[in-house]
Amino acid sequence: MRRGLTWFNVSSIALGFAFLYIPILLLVIYSFNDSRLVTVWGGFSTRWYWALLENEQLLDAAWVTLRVAFVSACVATVLGTMAALALTRYGRFFGRTLFSGMIYAPLVMPEVITGLSLLLLFVAVDFDRGFWTVTLAHITFTMCFVAVVVQSRLVTFDTTLVEAALDLGSPPLKTFFTITLPLILPAVISGFMLAFTLSLDDLVIASFTTGPGATTLPMRIYSQVRLGVTPEINAVCTILIAIVTVVVIAASIVTKRAESQRQAEERAAMKG
Amino acid sequence: MALASEKGWGRAVVVALPYLWLLALFLAPFLIVFKISLSQDVVAQPPYAPLLDLSAGWQGITDFLSQLSFANYWYVLDFSNEFLQAYGSSLIIAAISTLLLLAAGYPIAYGMARAPRSLQPTLLMLVILPFWTSFLIRVYAWIGILSPEGLLNQALMGLGVIDSPLEILNTDLAVYIGIVYSYLPFMVLPLYSALEKMDMTLLEAAEDLGCPPWKAFWTITFPLSLPGVAAGALLCFIPAVGEFVIPDLLGGSDTLMIGKSLWTEFTVNRSWTVSSAVAVLLLLVLVVPIVIYQNIQQRELEAGR
Repeated sequence: MRRGLTWFNVSSIALGFAFLYIPILLLVIYSFNDSRLVTVWGGFSTRWYWALLENEQLLDAAWVTLRVAFVSACVATVLGTMAALALTRYGRFFGRTLFSGMIYAPLVMPEVITGLSLLLLFVAVDFDRGFWTVTLAHITFTMCFVAVVVQSRLVTFDTTLVEAALDLGSPPLKTFFTITLPLILPAVISGFMLAFTLSLDDLVIASFTTGPGATTLPMRIYSQVRLGVTPEINAVCTILIAIVTVVVIAASIVTKRAESQRQAEERAAMKG
Repeated sequence: MALASEKGWGRAVVVALPYLWLLALFLAPFLIVFKISLSQDVVAQPPYAPLLDLSAGWQGITDFLSQLSFANYWYVLDFSNEFLQAYGSSLIIAAISTLLLLAAGYPIAYGMARAPRSLQPTLLMLVILPFWTSFLIRVYAWIGILSPEGLLNQALMGLGVIDSPLEILNTDLAVYIGIVYSYLPFMVLPLYSALEKMDMTLLEAAEDLGCPPWKAFWTITFPLSLPGVAAGALLCFIPAVGEFVIPDLLGGSDTLMIGKSLWTEFTVNRSWTVSSAVAVLLLLVLVVPIVIYQNIQQRELEAGR
């Protein structure tokens, strides 16, 4: 691709980013609005944030959501990494086409179908709906995202290192933890983060699979949003946006630093 | 790339665990949906019949088969129940949105691919960042902008462009805006990765040979970016057809989309059997694009080796 930007390129990037960011910025700005009327600016105030601390329903929902997201992201990362290894390392095995189909299909499957089908499964096997059904559902669809992220790293992975270790008698499990895992760690971490935020974000699948006592934050936000825009919801959303932004930027800085350190070490090793 | 020496129980576990998980929690649920779509509503818990009674042996199986009915499908396919219209309008809305996304996403991806190398990671990060923030929040943000007393109408009236507020929220236009806004990163990323890989000497050669830039674009750049176009279009089109949150929050009462119809059928009419039939038919509609999408994904990954 030829470098060098024309006015057309610059303006399309600028307009695109304005379109992506202005709605979020407006939402953040209006969360600091003193007026209860969300469209009239009544001066700067943080009172909606203080009001949140007294909203127990919302805090409960936030706690449920964080637990679901953490547990499901941990399990999904392990299963997704295994799935990625199976798809890239193990060549042909029985039912590989079905397996890769089951990995890619959930990425584009409309959420209403996934949600409905999981609910009907839980009902059919008479599993009490609540925290664990939502968590199981989230593991199932987020592990596929983890698998794709890790797989895209594994296809460029130099397997001679692994072969050398195995030839020298290192057990496969040890080889995985000392060679493969450290090298694919950035992808595994971004897979975990993706699984975590997808779980944090999910409304439709959680609504289908939840039961009494396991109302998640998106479900709470949704039921209030249907009644209209309120400054409290703007404040909740701003907090979520802030958390996600900080975590994503921090993670990208950490992986970038790890990457450049690795390259420096490689160069040093070559010289030595 | 199979590593011969890595065989054994470890390998079996690595394949079997995710495999069994997906069989139990992805494939089996679909079979249950299919089965329930052939059942009849009953007032009970769970609210459908028949159940396969294996303890009754052969008799149980024949009873089960004889009780299967296509009534739910006839109900869904009955024109007066508005499901067919919902399928149709979902496909149309998703197709138009995909074209709008392509029109909006292509110039952005093109500009990003032409930007200086040092700037590209930052630009990429800026496209991905909104995708990490909650989908629900991003849709919600538009309610405050598009409502009759919202920020857009206030701004336009303040500038004297319009006298009375525009009716945008709760119309199909708002649904288009919502879909384009929410799915834009999904369109830009595959386009960018296709354009970024392009061999720039081809364009230089075209220019040297006197080819005007717009013609070089249509004969070289665009055809070479087609894999990205296809991946982006499918990545947006398929989920958009089944979209529920956007038509529910931004669309009007007359906005027909099948995801919303399924949700209403399930939560308001409480007919599990009819919603299952709706889901099975939706899956049938989407199975071709899903298979194409998988093939593109597969080829992309194989090419990366």
